[in-house]
Amino acid sequence: MGSEAHGTPTGWRRWVLSTNHKDIGTMYLIFAILAGIIGGGLSGLMRGELMEPGINFLTSFTNGDVEAAKHFFNVLITGHGLIMVFFMVMPALIGGFGNWFVPIMVGAPDMAFPRMNNISFWLLPAAIALLVLSIFVEGSTYPGVGAGWTVYAPLSTSGHSGPAMDLAIFSLHLAGASSILGAINFICTIFNMRAPGMTLHKMPLFVWSVLVTVFLLLLSLPVLAGAITMLLTDRNFGTSFFDAAGGGDPLLYQHLFWFFGHPEVYILILPGFGLVSHIISTFSRKPIFGYLGMAYAMVAIGVVGFIVWAHHMYTVGMDVDTKAYFTAATMVIAVPTGIKIFSWLATMWGGSIRFETPMLFSLGMIFLFTIGGVTGVVLANAGIDTAMHDTYYVVAHFHYTMSMGALFSMFAGWYYWIGKMSGKPYPQFVSKLHFWLTFIGVNVIFFPQHFLGLAGMPRRIPDYPDAYHYWNYVSSVGYMITGVGTLVFLLGVYMTLRSKERVGDNQWGEGATTLEWTLSSPPPFHQFNELPRIK
Amino acid sequence: MSLNKILSTVAVFLVTLLSGGGVALADGIYKAKPDQLGFMEPATQVMRDIVSFHDGLLIMCIGVCLFVLILMLYIFIKFNAKANPTPSKTTHHTGLEVVWTILPIIILLVIAVPSFRLLYLQDVIPEADLTVKAIGNQWYWTYEYPDHGDFSFDSVMLTDEEAAAAGHPRLLGTDTHIVVPVNKTVRMIITASDVLHAWAIPAFGVKIDAVPGKLNETWFKAEREGMYYGQCSELCGKDHGFMPIMVEVVSEEKYNAWIEMAREEYAANETDNLTRVASMLPAQQ
Repeated sequence: MGSEAHGTPTGWRRWVLSTNHKDIGTMYLIFAILAGIIGGGLSGLMRGELMEPGINFLTSFTNGDVEAAKHFFNVLITGHGLIMVFFMVMPALIGGFGNWFVPIMVGAPDMAFPRMNNISFWLLPAAIALLVLSIFVEGSTYPGVGAGWTVYAPLSTSGHSGPAMDLAIFSLHLAGASSILGAINFICTIFNMRAPGMTLHKMPLFVWSVLVTVFLLLLSLPVLAGAITMLLTDRNFGTSFFDAAGGGDPLLYQHLFWFFGHPEVYILILPGFGLVSHIISTFSRKPIFGYLGMAYAMVAIGVVGFIVWAHHMYTVGMDVDTKAYFTAATMVIAVPTGIKIFSWLATMWGGSIRFETPMLFSLGMIFLFTIGGVTGVVLANAGIDTAMHDTYYVVAHFHYTMSMGALFSMFAGWYYWIGKMSGKPYPQFVSKLHFWLTFIGVNVIFFPQHFLGLAGMPRRIPDYPDAYHYWNYVSSVGYMITGVGTLVFLLGVYMTLRSKERVGDNQWGEGATTLEWTLSSPPPFHQFNELPRIK
Repeated sequence: MSLNKILSTVAVFLVTLLSGGGVALADGIYKAKPDQLGFMEPATQVMRDIVSFHDGLLIMCIGVCLFVLILMLYIFIKFNAKANPTPSKTTHHTGLEVVWTILPIIILLVIAVPSFRLLYLQDVIPEADLTVKAIGNQWYWTYEYPDHGDFSFDSVMLTDEEAAAAGHPRLLGTDTHIVVPVNKTVRMIITASDVLHAWAIPAFGVKIDAVPGKLNETWFKAEREGMYYGQCSELCGKDHGFMPIMVEVVSEEKYNAWIEMAREEYAANETDNLTRVASMLPAQQ
């Protein structure tokens, strides 16, 4: 047991120089919560502007300059998208929960490369600092990048002459490097550091989900890095990869971006799938139904996720047969996703279900992700996408999968594991209030956006024809409900951390079977000095 | 989850389904109606097919969501800790797993047939009676009529006051607009001079990106006279939300009269092709 070699650093050294997967995981979680508050705040400004027709809200941030307010709106959508994807969901699910629990679940003392883990995390504050900085320097006439999180060329090249875009590109480079290093670390940990007896087919589903996710990261992020580097050279060094006048092709950028972008959306949701599997199983007091089917459904989603990217580009003027292929390939994804939904239901079938807060969030995630899934099948059809593309229907669809799928699974994971991570219980009433406010709030925000999209309202506009007022108003009211829910969440976090109560090793009883529940709460600074043996 | 919430969700879904055909507006004005839930009133065969295909898909969506919801509610009632204190240990059922793999495949195949029919109807462009070219600029559209001496004109959004004076909806009215004959196949050639834009008229079921350096093609055959409105549908910078599209569909006679008028009025804009192409190239930095 504990030897002197296992130093326990204190003070700033413990965090800044950390090589401990649990401390780094904690830093990732704090980072994700802070970034989530920023990203959520940006969307609040958007909903504030869209609550009433006319441009009358954002002007208060631009000294009454309407033109600057229009650009500021585009800066907000760009910032919201990039922050939520790169600095909230990924750090929370992969960096936070992944770092905390993947080593524990496979019975390892730490990650394979603890120092690399440190730099993976510390690249992120630098990355978000560059992105936030970009908001304040010149973009196109006005400050900030207003090209959307997709930063399509040529709007991101000739359309944004100022240095804001370069800063945003560097921000993505750093965030991408952070994720690639993290991905390598997870792959090595999962392949090489499993405890004796922990075969791949005995690995908990959360580990499977992270394994698939990091492979997607490793294969897709270099493509993004290449694409945005080409943007950078187009902007600064006279190349013309994406400039038709110089023999380039703006659509090449879109192909490269979505070759990364589509796997990216699975990167955001797959760890959530893994998490929800654990929670459903724990609170039904039943082992997961169809374990192998669940694991390989995630592998299938990951593989197919690489060959469907152009369904984001149905209106760019592709060949009709190409569109037909991408329609067919995209619809195939519904099959493994269906397997997951039905397996969760079958896990609960015959179970003995307790409706604790993590379970509520998981159940909410399953149902709302189903709604996001069926609208995904609608959008998969190239023929119908002509009417839907770039409308609020798309916004509603991907927020049902992300803002309800990924975010709900994050909250589920938070309540599931906060007792384990801090040793303290979360407050019952406040956490349930958080769930109900969030559940009602996000539905009021995003369900009416289906109607707006069908009625033809384009995305990414700061003002809309008056016919779209009513549902935009409702949507903004939903944002306020969700906002209150978020404050309740933060209150719950505060109450948890201030709590004098302590939870035992296994807070959830016999349904919780993975290795983290065999450790103390919180776990020792270094766990598994003697490797556990898995039967 | 509360039963009320679920019921209201279902109710709203059903209302969407029932209003799926969109809402007809008076005076042949084709734009979204306040509080609209479904698609706009279709004015072409393509859009009609989109609407009816979407209605079918919506039934599938509601069916799947209801199925999942009912199963979940049943599970909550039957298998909560009070009702069922001792959980079963079942973790496999090969038959069930095969069924829930095969069944979605069958549903998807059923969807695929009308989906591909619609796609090929949209994308295979029939013999055109008329060609109109639209060029997206930051932030207005330029139109050309190559069949009629290649006259061209710019179409810029009206301010709120101008739109009100001209009787157009706010943010949708433009100072000039294209005019096309009813029941004729119009081929649209779309490109852009600076950044990406997208030319869209929801009532026609038409949306196609305007890409610098690339000529995209689409078509429509409007069946009813009237004024049709659309908006730029690809983020193109500050005034992306403020470069609407107006198409007026008129009878053959009115169209011919308009062409005569337009050739005169826009004659000054006729430029030889070389100059036009050169002027479209982005300025060298």
